[in-house]
Amino acid sequence: MAEKVLMKGNEAIAEAAIIAGCRHYFGYPITPQTEIAAYMAKRMPKIGGCFLQAESEIAAINMVYGVAGTGKRVMTSSSSPGIALKSEGLSYLAGSDLPALVVNVQRGGPGLGGIQPSQSDYFQATKAGGHGDFRMIVLAPASAQEMADLTIKGFDLADKYRMTSMLLADGTMGQMMEPVALPEASYVLEEKPWAVTGTKLARPHNIINSLSLVPEELEMLNFKRFEKYAEIEKTEAMCEEFMTEDCDIAVVAFGIAARVSKNAVIAARSRGIKVGLIRPITLWPFPTDVFKKVAKTAKHFISVELNMGQMIDDVRLAIDCSRPVSLCNRAGGMIPTPEDVLAKIEIAAGGNN
Amino acid sequence: MKNTTQILIAGFGGQGVLFAGKFIAYKGLLEGKQVSWLPSYGPEMRGGTANCSVIISEDPVGSPIVSTPDVLTVMNLPSLDKYEAKAAEGAKIFVDSTLISRKLERTDVEAFYVPSTKMAADAGIPTLANMILVGKMLKECEMLSFDEVEAALRKVVSAKRIELLDYNLKALEAGYNFKD
Repeated sequence: MAEKVLMKGNEAIAEAAIIAGCRHYFGYPITPQTEIAAYMAKRMPKIGGCFLQAESEIAAINMVYGVAGTGKRVMTSSSSPGIALKSEGLSYLAGSDLPALVVNVQRGGPGLGGIQPSQSDYFQATKAGGHGDFRMIVLAPASAQEMADLTIKGFDLADKYRMTSMLLADGTMGQMMEPVALPEASYVLEEKPWAVTGTKLARPHNIINSLSLVPEELEMLNFKRFEKYAEIEKTEAMCEEFMTEDCDIAVVAFGIAARVSKNAVIAARSRGIKVGLIRPITLWPFPTDVFKKVAKTAKHFISVELNMGQMIDDVRLAIDCSRPVSLCNRAGGMIPTPEDVLAKIEIAAGGNN
Repeated sequence: MKNTTQILIAGFGGQGVLFAGKFIAYKGLLEGKQVSWLPSYGPEMRGGTANCSVIISEDPVGSPIVSTPDVLTVMNLPSLDKYEAKAAEGAKIFVDSTLISRKLERTDVEAFYVPSTKMAADAGIPTLANMILVGKMLKECEMLSFDEVEAALRKVVSAKRIELLDYNLKALEAGYNFKD
């Protein structure tokens, strides 16, 4: 590991992508993720890479589709309204089984919304990235270091499973500066025999396409894809547990909400309340096993979110609705304070939720 | 969490509050502390208040958002009006007294009035009032030392404009040595 440097989360993503071997970036500017594009614009030409500011988000995601088909590592980044524009392309990537990294540094919505941090694209990222039956691997960083680490992980998982990894961050994560230790560039890119790289008349054509007009065949493609998803659900879920061993109350939060919640958990522990924190690092696959384990001791769950309550549904499902789950939330670019979370913990501890 | 100092620096966009915060964060990093730096971003940066949250801690930093600062540095009146009430009890508050004529209303905090904008102008470094205040902060707060400030400056002053390093040092020293 190299010396720690202070980096904005957005810059950490961009540099980590280059370290991971990404040489193609396509995007369209939008706050609060513009530093990613600015960094790529500066660095890519110096290392023989391609930075291209597309004419629109829709153009950018289709450029990603094109490069992904050649087997090269490729990414795009945007913020909430821009990701909505890319959703058709996300579906086509899934339908063609192409790997790519897509970054969403979320801002408040719906519509054009605001530019302050939000987590209100949880449903969009984990359930409805576009039309049709498909999943994306969704990674939720909670520090500048994780912005870098999960970017690299995202590329690796995308290649391994031939699908889109989405890094789901928020405005705070993008703008915040923290010490980051960047790894050495030591990626080994897998062979991609399916890529369209020219046959040199030595092999049959590879065809990349999401059109399949015979329903029996299209059904089989869906079945096969979901076998892959089942494998990912079994093996790739990631989660951080903090003081959950003996907890009566489990706070659940990801990204910036988890950082705020950690302060509240420490404060509540000092008041003698047995509370822990579950921080999903992968939002899909959701780390269901950890929830089932914690539900053996925890009598109450609290979902802390920067939205009107989205992940809370997955929390309820993960524990088969066996415990009450309450919500601590702010929306529209507002962030709950540690005191807000502590108040919810104390209500749960008092038993009068 | 007494091992943690929560710092808020606020002023007009262009006064260098983000730069001042970045310098403090780097100083903390070089002293082996855990640090975070979070700027305000958005339309309020044009003409209104800009601010940044810096946390220096012995422990891993939880929330990077400073809502009750232990150390508050204000470079314009709107910032003092906005944040005075939010400072923690016993907080140290640093005021650019060239640009802010009023005194603090609170009596449960410690106030330091530094005419930093005038001092900077008199010293021929008119853009460095921010770093004069930082010098005073380093003097009065125990979170960080004044030793090896140059190493931290080298991290934040662009290599292309390294001639600015000496001016920054001069500003830090002026603030550090300032007596009310």
